[in-house]
Amino acid sequence: MTAAAPAAGDVRTVRSAGMTRWLRRNSWVVSLYVALAALFAFTVALKPGYGPTDFEFLTLAVITIVLAAAAQTVVVISGGIDLSVGPVMAFTSVCAAALMAGTDDLGAVPVVAAVLALGLGVGALNGLLVHWSGVPDIVVTLAMSFVWAGAALLVLDSPGGASAPWLMSLIDGSLLIDWVPRALVVMLLAIGLVWIPLRRSRLGLSMFAVGSDQLAALRSGVDVARTKVAAYTIGGLLAAMGGVALTMKTGIGNPLPGPYTLDGIAALVLGGVSLAGGRGTMAGPIAAAFILALIRIDLVFLKVNPDVSTVVQGVILVAVVMVGALVELRRKRP
Amino acid sequence: MSTAEGAVTRDTTSWLSLAAWRRLLRDQPVIPLVILLAVMVALLIAIQPGILNRPQAWVLATLRFATPLALLAACQTLTMLTGGIDLSVAVVASMSAYVMATQSVSQGDAIAIALAILVAGLVGLLNGVGVGIFRVQPLIMTLGTGLVALGAVNVYQKTVLTAGSTVPQPIQTLGSGNTLGFIPNALLVLVPVALVVMIGLKRTGYGRMLYAVGDNPIAARLAGVRVWQVLLVLYVLSGLLAGIAGITLAGITKTATLNVADSYLLPSVAAAVIGGTSIFGGRGGYAGTILGALILTVLASLLTVLDAPEPIRQIVYGAIILGVAAAYARLTGER
Repeated sequence: MTAAAPAAGDVRTVRSAGMTRWLRRNSWVVSLYVALAALFAFTVALKPGYGPTDFEFLTLAVITIVLAAAAQTVVVISGGIDLSVGPVMAFTSVCAAALMAGTDDLGAVPVVAAVLALGLGVGALNGLLVHWSGVPDIVVTLAMSFVWAGAALLVLDSPGGASAPWLMSLIDGSLLIDWVPRALVVMLLAIGLVWIPLRRSRLGLSMFAVGSDQLAALRSGVDVARTKVAAYTIGGLLAAMGGVALTMKTGIGNPLPGPYTLDGIAALVLGGVSLAGGRGTMAGPIAAAFILALIRIDLVFLKVNPDVSTVVQGVILVAVVMVGALVELRRKRP
Repeated sequence: MSTAEGAVTRDTTSWLSLAAWRRLLRDQPVIPLVILLAVMVALLIAIQPGILNRPQAWVLATLRFATPLALLAACQTLTMLTGGIDLSVAVVASMSAYVMATQSVSQGDAIAIALAILVAGLVGLLNGVGVGIFRVQPLIMTLGTGLVALGAVNVYQKTVLTAGSTVPQPIQTLGSGNTLGFIPNALLVLVPVALVVMIGLKRTGYGRMLYAVGDNPIAARLAGVRVWQVLLVLYVLSGLLAGIAGITLAGITKTATLNVADSYLLPSVAAAVIGGTSIFGGRGGYAGTILGALILTVLASLLTVLDAPEPIRQIVYGAIILGVAAAYARLTGER
């Protein structure tokens, strides 16, 4: 009697074994969501009036960080890193705001489409430069971060432009029932539409393969160069979504890049994506971004000096990655 | 006779061959950098011949502004040799400059400088514990400690706001004064640091261990190197260097604010990369980095002279970093 051919009565044990395995594999993400739930309960306990509106604000604050982290996740899983996410978001955001300034409601649709296409192009260029130059990803994207920041300033030299009102109301308020902010739905839809098909596709598998061992992937017939360029391209698309979200959120475009590159990397690392590549989920960074934002809000509720809260956030980030690294060390040397 | 001739011909062909060039560039990465620097200086002179009227003033300004960048790039060079990076240097530099300026009011100059170096070393120690003992990715560890340090110095600012701040006079002289009219006193910091770093990397056991750890950490460990100790000391050194850079920078700007060094973070990485230090570890050196810092400084003044608008300036800056790095990778066949 092997596990492959279980008797009818064993179905439950088999299912629970599968469940255990799933839990063990995704232990980090599961514990992140448990921590998020606990933190949320703590927040509600801390501020009894915490209601749907507060949650809407939280989601609105998080949406751009989540998209930045999502863009980074795709690239990091394929073994790269993109230090230009923040500037690319600023660039696409000012493009969207500048183009929408003179259009009506209907005109905003092609603008959004064009900006998303622009994001694909920007990402593809980043990826192609990584491929052609033979220079490490981190150096190429560092250099490109200057280029995209400059390009953003070329489009708008100071915060300006506009956003179509319907786009702004798209992420404002809640959908049908309370506690379901539109921003959350839009965010999950945007990421889901890109990530879920990708994860199930051949390309997605190639990305994980290239990220975990480039040489092994090459030898098993994966087109490494094409996979990496594709990863950067999709990362560019997600960053452009972040840029559009930035314009939707603020109603203008700001040419100065926000803290999104580093915030995204922080959420990604906390979310259990290995910076070495080849391992990670999309659900992890999303939860991590919410956790980091909730901690920030809780510290405000606790009337902690905002500067102290920067220290606390840094300490949490460092402590969590240290614990994560220790777990990793244990796993490697049993 | 014929053999001698044969040797000569073979010599010339191999001298002309690409492989020989590659070998030369790999062994002496500073040569193309010196050429690039010379070309850029020539370009600058061609555009603005007025520089030649008072060359001392121009050399003075360039060396002075390259010094803090070169010092911060030393942190990146050393950490990159082991395959790491130190993203906390800008915050640490600003922090030590600020601590020095605020403490010198009440404690006197010497103690203030010592305190500034001490806090810089403490942040470095934190980095070293994380990277060396806990094996956290250097990128994320130094990012986190940078956040911690930034918050801490903001809290500290509230406590000393009323006391005021002043950059000690000797430090101001060190940063802004000059000797003989063309030697900026800032070189009194950079030259000793550069000598210690370069000789340390080439001639001491510790320096060779840095290369060994960066080249192959497992091989280094099997050869008996205590990798965690090497990394711990390395990040403390990096913190101390960042502190020294911050103090020098405060002397140059004559004020100390909480973000005085922020704009140096990415250029410090760029200077090390342009200088031929591999971000994957095991290859590079400080001489190239200093040239990289000089190239970036001359590039900045070139763009200023051209009166390029800020966006164009940033784009050109990024393109040059990428171009030099790519050319280097092409020429040497290494990454």
